[in-house]
Amino acid sequence: MMTCDEAKVLLHGLIDGELDMASARGVEAHVAGCEQCATELRQFREMRHAMTGTSLRLAAPAALRSRIEAAISVPVARASQPSRRFLLRGFAFGTALSAAAAASVVLFVTRSGEDERLLGDVVSAHRRSLQAEHLADVRSTDQQVVRPWFSGKLAVAPPVIDLAAQGFTLVGGRLDTIDGKPVAAIVYRRGVHVINLFVGASANAGHTAALGEAVQGFNTQRWSDQGFRFIAISDMGADELRDFHIQFETGLRAGA
Amino acid sequence: MVGDVHDPERARRFREAALPHLDEVYTLARYLLRNAADADDAVQECYLRALKHFDTFRGGAMRPWLFAILRNTCRATYTPRRFADQELAEDAVPLWSEPQETPEAGILRRRDEQSIRNMVSALPDQFREAIVLREVNDLSYNEIAEIAGVPVGTVMSRLARARSMLRAAWLSAEEKAQ
Repeated sequence: MMTCDEAKVLLHGLIDGELDMASARGVEAHVAGCEQCATELRQFREMRHAMTGTSLRLAAPAALRSRIEAAISVPVARASQPSRRFLLRGFAFGTALSAAAAASVVLFVTRSGEDERLLGDVVSAHRRSLQAEHLADVRSTDQQVVRPWFSGKLAVAPPVIDLAAQGFTLVGGRLDTIDGKPVAAIVYRRGVHVINLFVGASANAGHTAALGEAVQGFNTQRWSDQGFRFIAISDMGADELRDFHIQFETGLRAGA
Repeated sequence: MVGDVHDPERARRFREAALPHLDEVYTLARYLLRNAADADDAVQECYLRALKHFDTFRGGAMRPWLFAILRNTCRATYTPRRFADQELAEDAVPLWSEPQETPEAGILRRRDEQSIRNMVSALPDQFREAIVLREVNDLSYNEIAEIAGVPVGTVMSRLARARSMLRAAWLSAEEKAQ
C-alpha cells in the first residue's frame, strides 16, 4: 500500500494525466482509503480548474509586438522591394514607432484597401479583448444563454454554435465594432488560445469559401454563409483555426 | 548552426511559425522575471535568437523550443539579479507549511484573477517556472523536463510543491478574508 508521502507527490501526476495505469490505480486506491489525501486531491483539482479557467495569461503589449515584427520583417522587404530597402533600414534605425509603421506597410502591401482596413480592425478588436480582459459581456458556455443576449442589440442575432465536443469551449459574447459597424463577437477558447469570431450581416446570402491569412502574428479565417459574414481570429496555429472554421460551418449547416 | 538572417523566405517561415506564440512567450517571461520592462527585452532577444537559430528547429513543437530559448535568455541575462542562484536546493526546502486544519467543508473559495496571479508570482523560481509551464503554457512533463533540464520525476515533485505552496496561500488568504 502506498504511503501518504508517496501519494502526495504522485497525485499530481494523476491530476495531470501523466501516470501509467498501475501508478494511477495505486494513487486512486490510496485516496479511496485516506480522507486527507482525498481532500487534497479535490482541492488541487479545484485550484487547477480556477487557474486554467482564469486568465493567468497575459497579452504582449502592442508596442513590443510591433518592435519584434519590425526586427524580423526587415529582410523580407529588402529582398522583395529594393527601393524600399533603404527606406526600411532608415526606419529600423529610427524609433520603435516608425519601425512599426514600416512593418505594417510590408504586411499590408499586397492587400486591397478595404481588406486592409477590415483586418486591421479585426486585429485591434482581438487585441483589445485580450488586453482589457474584456472578452465577454455575457459569459456562458451555454449557446442558449449567449444567443438570446444578442437579440435586440443587433439587427439579426448571430448563430452561436456549441463546439465543446469538438474541443472549442464557448466563453461568451460581446458587442464590438468592425469597419464602423456593430458586430457580434462570439468568444471560444481551446487550451490557452482564445478565438474571437466576429459575425456581421452579409449582403450576399450564399456561401463563399474560407480565406485564411496571417495578419500581424495572428491567424484569421474569413467566410460568408446564410447571410452572415464571419471572421475568426486567434493566435492558434493556422491548421487549428481552419479546423475551427470547418467545425463551426458543420454545426451551422446542421442547424445546431 | 546559424542561418542567414537575411534570407527572406526563411524569415517569412519563421514569422509564420513563431509570431502566433508571442503572447505565450511574453506571459512566461513576465512570470519568470516578474518585471514588465525586463520581460519586453527578454522576449525581443528571444525572438532574435530564435530567428538566428531557426535552422536548428526541426519541425514539431514550436512552443517548447521558443520557451527553452526564452528561459536561457532570462538565465543568461538576468541571473545575477533575478534568476537567482539563491535558488533553493530541491531538498533543502522544508516541507511546505501545511495549514493546520483544512476548513471542514474542504471547499476552496473562488479567488479573483489578480490574487491568483499574485500567489503564482510569489513562488520561488523553479516552482513558479514549473507551474506556469504546466498550467498556463499547457506543456507535458516531458516538455517541461527538457526545458528545465531536470528529470521528469523532478518536474512532478516541483509541481507538487508549487501546488502545495499555492494551496497554503489560498487557504491562508481565505482565513484572512473570513
